[in-house]
Amino acid sequence: MTAPIALDIPAHRFGAFTALSDITLDIAAGEYVVLLGPSGCGKTTLLSILGGFIAPSEGRVTVGGRDMTHVPPAKRPTTTMFQDYALFPHMSLRDNVGFGLRMAGIGRRARHERAEALLGMVGLEGAAAKRPHELSGGQRQRVALARALAVEPDVLLLDEPLGALDLKLRRAMQDELKAIQRRLGTTFVHVTHDQEEAMAIADRIVVMNAGRIEDQGPPDRVYRRPASLFAAGFMGEMNRIDAMGRQGRVETAHGVLPDWVPPEGPLTVCLRPEALREGAGRWKIGAARIEEVAFFGTHYRVHLAPEAAPQTRLVAHLAPDTRPVPGARIELAADPADVTVFAREN
Amino acid sequence: MRALPWIYVALAFGFIYLPVAALVLFSFQGGTLPVPPFDGPSLHWYREVLSDRDLMAALANSLIVALGSAALACVLGFLAAYGLARHVVPASGLLRALLIAPMTVSYLIVGLGLLIVLNRLGLPLSLATAGLGHVVINLPLCFAIIYGSMGAQQQNAEAAARDLGANEARVIWLVTVPMLAPAILAAFFLSVTLSWDEFIIAFLLTRFDVTLPVEIWSLLRSGLSPETNAIGSLVFLVSVALVLALEILVFGRRRS
Repeated sequence: MTAPIALDIPAHRFGAFTALSDITLDIAAGEYVVLLGPSGCGKTTLLSILGGFIAPSEGRVTVGGRDMTHVPPAKRPTTTMFQDYALFPHMSLRDNVGFGLRMAGIGRRARHERAEALLGMVGLEGAAAKRPHELSGGQRQRVALARALAVEPDVLLLDEPLGALDLKLRRAMQDELKAIQRRLGTTFVHVTHDQEEAMAIADRIVVMNAGRIEDQGPPDRVYRRPASLFAAGFMGEMNRIDAMGRQGRVETAHGVLPDWVPPEGPLTVCLRPEALREGAGRWKIGAARIEEVAFFGTHYRVHLAPEAAPQTRLVAHLAPDTRPVPGARIELAADPADVTVFAREN
Repeated sequence: MRALPWIYVALAFGFIYLPVAALVLFSFQGGTLPVPPFDGPSLHWYREVLSDRDLMAALANSLIVALGSAALACVLGFLAAYGLARHVVPASGLLRALLIAPMTVSYLIVGLGLLIVLNRLGLPLSLATAGLGHVVINLPLCFAIIYGSMGAQQQNAEAAARDLGANEARVIWLVTVPMLAPAILAAFFLSVTLSWDEFIIAFLLTRFDVTLPVEIWSLLRSGLSPETNAIGSLVFLVSVALVLALEILVFGRRRS
């Protein structure tokens, strides 16, 4: 089952603290949306409002076209997968997964069958009689997922579901979550602060900061063409080059950036490390001296001192076959299509 | 010098357990006085005790009062703890302090206070009033034990249960109580033990049906007898059984 969501929250306050402002978010049925942001950005608050654990101080929440703003969690077509999984330690996995069905008044036999089928789906067949403390972190996470899905929610809310897992397991579970979501078609809203996780899993990323939505869109668009300076920095490493908008041109220490028609005033030009290239390009940045080199397998991460602005540093990812060495001098260039320009913030 | 710590330990345990050992030993006395020389062993006084109707009635009364008052104190303590831990209550700090405060009041004062109130209300003294007194002294303990073990872990599980469609009563019954079972059982058994041993409140608040400590006290007024030793030994046995039950049921479960 699945349903669209519409959120319109002009403001949500905890006492004098404004936790959320100007939130407008429409989520399509069956979409996988990731709320991404640093801790304290309001993403978990937003998820709690969706789940019904917090009522917004202003605004409306609708799920499947029905107003859910003041409906308690038990009566919503949403379920939440909690950060610490919140399994019931005194119940077997079968009873954990079947809990929601039991609350719905479904008979023992039917709910046991369904619980065991779901445990099978998350790769825990044959473990139905175990207790949560007998499981590893990754297995508990699967049980929590099965329990939340057992009641066939229209919307599944996931609060940092992979936060407690080690990196390798996290990457494996990402793929699994995505596959399960595709299969069921349920709307998933997932909260994380890990931008790699967000990019790997999301149909749409919603970048949040200080209670506001900074940017939302498909992962590649948000990564390559972020809508704000914050989103640009949060989505991954970024070179920030000071620039000035004058007579409709972007002037930098590295020459004029072609193709961009900026407003007048101080600007910041954002350039991903992998967009910096050795050799020719439409934006010629000029010569730079290599300062430090580190090998990352897929690329070399290189710190560069450009000759045009020797007090600044640029970071570039160079192809593994370039074999950069410290002290060498290389010519740098970039494609203006890989660049974003923002008014400068201080 | 190695022996010194062992001597100290032997003396300490001797100090604690010698009176109990003497009590148990002279309960097997053959003669009529529980003083040396020991002329047993004999089960004569146990026979006397077990065939003494008043004593047996008092024993049963004590059990009823202990189990009933402990159960009531646990229920009330749990509900108070749940309310204060899970809901925003005005002046919750003051409420917590007021719930715990009776622990600092002496049993004599609690007993006298209740006696005055019961007299004023015209309620007759009975086992129920003694049980009431025991609820007053055990409620703070039950509240403190249960409140202290309510943590974020249960809170998240409760939220999950609510999210999956459970109403408040089912959240409490299916999630909170089972998760807090060790603390609730510990509070229950501790309350049973304290009520079982309690004398002064039971003495003040009972009249015709009395609890075992009150009955023993009236036996002692007619002088020492191995019969009191025998009943003391039985009481001691029950207390030990309770402590063992607590150990196995509560702490044994926690270990697994």
